[in-house]
Amino acid sequence: MLGKLSWAAIPFDQPIPMAASVLVCVGMLSVLGLVTWKGWWSYLWREWLTSVDHKRIGVMYVLLALVMLLRGFVDAIMMRTQLAIAAGAAQGYLPPEHYDQIFSAHGTIMIFFVAMPFMVGLMNFVVPLQLGVRDVAFPVLNAVSFWLTAAGALLVNASLVVGEFARTGWLAYPPLSELQFSPGVGVDYYLWALQISGIGTLLAGINLVTTLLKLRAPGMGYMRMPVFCWTALASNLLIVAAFPILTATFAMLLLDRYVGMHFFTNDGGGNAMMFVNLIWAWGHPEVYILILPAFGIFSEVIATFSGKALFGYRSMVMATMAICVLSFTVWLHHFFTMGAGANVNAIFGIMSMIIAVPTGVKVFNWLFTLYRGRIRFEVPLLWALGFMITFVIGGLTGVLLAVPPVDFVVHNSAFLVAHFHNVIIGGVLFGGMAGFYYWFPKAFGFTLDRRLGAISFWCWLIGFYLAFMPLYAVGLLGMTRRMQHYADVTWQPYLIVAEAGAIVILCGIVATIAQIVVSIRTRERRRDRTGDPWNGRTLEWSTASPPPAYNFAVLPRVESLDAFWAMKQRGPIVPAQRYDPIEVPANSPNGFVTAFFAVVTGFALIWHIWWMAILGLACAALTLLGFGWIERVEHEVSGEKLADAERARLRTMEPA
Amino acid sequence: MSVHAATADLTAPHAPTISRGADGPASVRIVVAYGFWIFLLSDIIMFSAFFAAYAVLSGETAGGPAGRELFNLRNAGIETLCLLFSSYTCGLGILAATKRRIGGFYLSFALTFALGATFLGFEIAEFAGMIALGAGPARSAFLSAFFSLVGLHGAHVTAGLIWLAFMVAQIAVKGPRDFVLRRLLCFSLFWHALDIIWVALLTLVYLMGAR
Repeated sequence: MLGKLSWAAIPFDQPIPMAASVLVCVGMLSVLGLVTWKGWWSYLWREWLTSVDHKRIGVMYVLLALVMLLRGFVDAIMMRTQLAIAAGAAQGYLPPEHYDQIFSAHGTIMIFFVAMPFMVGLMNFVVPLQLGVRDVAFPVLNAVSFWLTAAGALLVNASLVVGEFARTGWLAYPPLSELQFSPGVGVDYYLWALQISGIGTLLAGINLVTTLLKLRAPGMGYMRMPVFCWTALASNLLIVAAFPILTATFAMLLLDRYVGMHFFTNDGGGNAMMFVNLIWAWGHPEVYILILPAFGIFSEVIATFSGKALFGYRSMVMATMAICVLSFTVWLHHFFTMGAGANVNAIFGIMSMIIAVPTGVKVFNWLFTLYRGRIRFEVPLLWALGFMITFVIGGLTGVLLAVPPVDFVVHNSAFLVAHFHNVIIGGVLFGGMAGFYYWFPKAFGFTLDRRLGAISFWCWLIGFYLAFMPLYAVGLLGMTRRMQHYADVTWQPYLIVAEAGAIVILCGIVATIAQIVVSIRTRERRRDRTGDPWNGRTLEWSTASPPPAYNFAVLPRVESLDAFWAMKQRGPIVPAQRYDPIEVPANSPNGFVTAFFAVVTGFALIWHIWWMAILGLACAALTLLGFGWIERVEHEVSGEKLADAERARLRTMEPA
Repeated sequence: MSVHAATADLTAPHAPTISRGADGPASVRIVVAYGFWIFLLSDIIMFSAFFAAYAVLSGETAGGPAGRELFNLRNAGIETLCLLFSSYTCGLGILAATKRRIGGFYLSFALTFALGATFLGFEIAEFAGMIALGAGPARSAFLSAFFSLVGLHGAHVTAGLIWLAFMVAQIAVKGPRDFVLRRLLCFSLFWHALDIIWVALLTLVYLMGAR
């Protein structure tokens, strides 16, 4: 009746997982209780859960990313603590089978449920505003995408309470991840959570590509798109081209595990290295899916806070698209040690080094933008400057790793761990934070406390260097990754410093939370009524903060790059002559309901509860057919209403 | 202040009512078809991963039967004819629906459905025959890759048949209105894309495998 599910799935006998489960359950129940007690359900349902507004969906993506960042960080600090003490005779406090789950969950969560929703959320929020249009191409599909991502996140968190998570690392290499060696439900949690959220990401990518290529304000040719839009285009093209490979690869592993096929097994003619090739054919473009939007954010932030147009716009666009194409030609550098031969390794090594060239172009463009600019050291720029130094170091160690003989020495060592954290924290996460601080006033209509923001930045920066520079050293000393315990006690001082770094980063996280709480409490005096708190250059700053559901009362006409800056140069902004009614898409529960059934189906498949899987799948299919039957509903905002709203806004913008 | 009084710098004075047109956002029809094309491209990439897996594993028979002992080119030929001809009838159906000739639409789509179902019937018979011979998907890596690749295409055809029936119902109940025709257009793109994949599949799996 319940497949493999029984009371034994709850970890009553293991104190640490049990405490974590209780904490998660209490946390979730108290949130649900608070919402019920305050009577917020109907507001939440109306304004958020069924919203198809790209701005609301973007905010929910970023919220998901920040919540999951906390979960992923707890994993991180547990690992660092374990390694700070588990030297020589000491075994630490985490048994190996639990430690293995933690590093697998940490990687999976940080990439799929922090970095991805952070970037997708910022793109979702910003791209239509920068393009000067009213929404993405497919608003209801957008909600489906978000809720499928949230469904995946929910399944990963469920594994904490019911059952176990994978012990196979964040990419679940076979044959270890095959049924023979991982008979539990951990790998199934991993696979189904990522299949569901992967479909969400793919749909989001299709949506944004279509938006960028087909919906732009009048006059906005490709070479007038803000750089962030270009990087979003490159990133979403990569999503469309790479995520289907991930879906296919995981489908093959699932077929191996569920119906006894032989894609990657040791017997029956299977080929485990094919999995490694396929997964990195997705995985390397994925790196650029994450970092390209971050590059776009830094470009916007650096131009705005230098008070200058971005240096070398064209070369920036070229570099972005070059990286987009080249990202598909380097995947083999993740497994030079496979033994493909010197010539194959040489080609992929050279390609990996070539990709540093367009990246270098970008760094110089940012430097020349700052050069002789009127620099304002606001919080987003701090993150951008921290990024430029940190990312160059990470990039250089990356070029080092792209040399096959060097890679043979440091492959799978702590040096590699330090390298990819250097580029992912220093690049993607710093980019996400810069974007968060840059666009927060746009999303909510008030600014964030500057002092606490600066404290958070410095904690993150110093903490990062403390946590990861020792790992380069200890990697060169011979420490491999994914070790729960080590015999060589001379490594311990390095790992204690790394633990101190993690604690400094924790202070940064606390500072960010404090900053948000303080700023919300003092929001009335932090109100930004202009919609343009940073003296911005692009169209998102030309509308109110927060923007109305329709974004722009009249679509702006774009006549140059940095369209809003050019408008401001031409004189004060006055109301339009005529306001035409606007059709705004109505809310739809499609996304939420589909994701609900996706969770039911995924959970049932993980635990082999076949009747429930069939029921969930049938309900999901019926939901889609049901929503495919009805006509798209829109409601109209009248011209008079638009005119009133616009005049009220422009009045508040006038200097007192 | 009257709404019409002031000039706007945010928009040029001659700004047209912007919802479509070459300059500015494209029309709904273009956006929907374009987005669906992008989806189809991603779907083809997913197939390409299965094609790659098949290419790698096609020799890995693990002592079991190889392609030339299993494949029946006559059946594959009939399947190909069914599928390609169903695309033709699907195209006729779309033309009929756009011209509001509902009878022609029903006839063409009934033919399309019958041809698609025949294709599927041949495929199921082929799979059942192979499994009966002990050459099921768990027998060897070659057969895993074969059943997955061909089965994935078959699953797409099945989804297409359900979608086809659903579109016929929409035409019957709602008539050939704009949004129904847009969905019909997407369906036809989907159905034609399955042809493209089948042609690649016929070549790589059956023609090259039966030698």
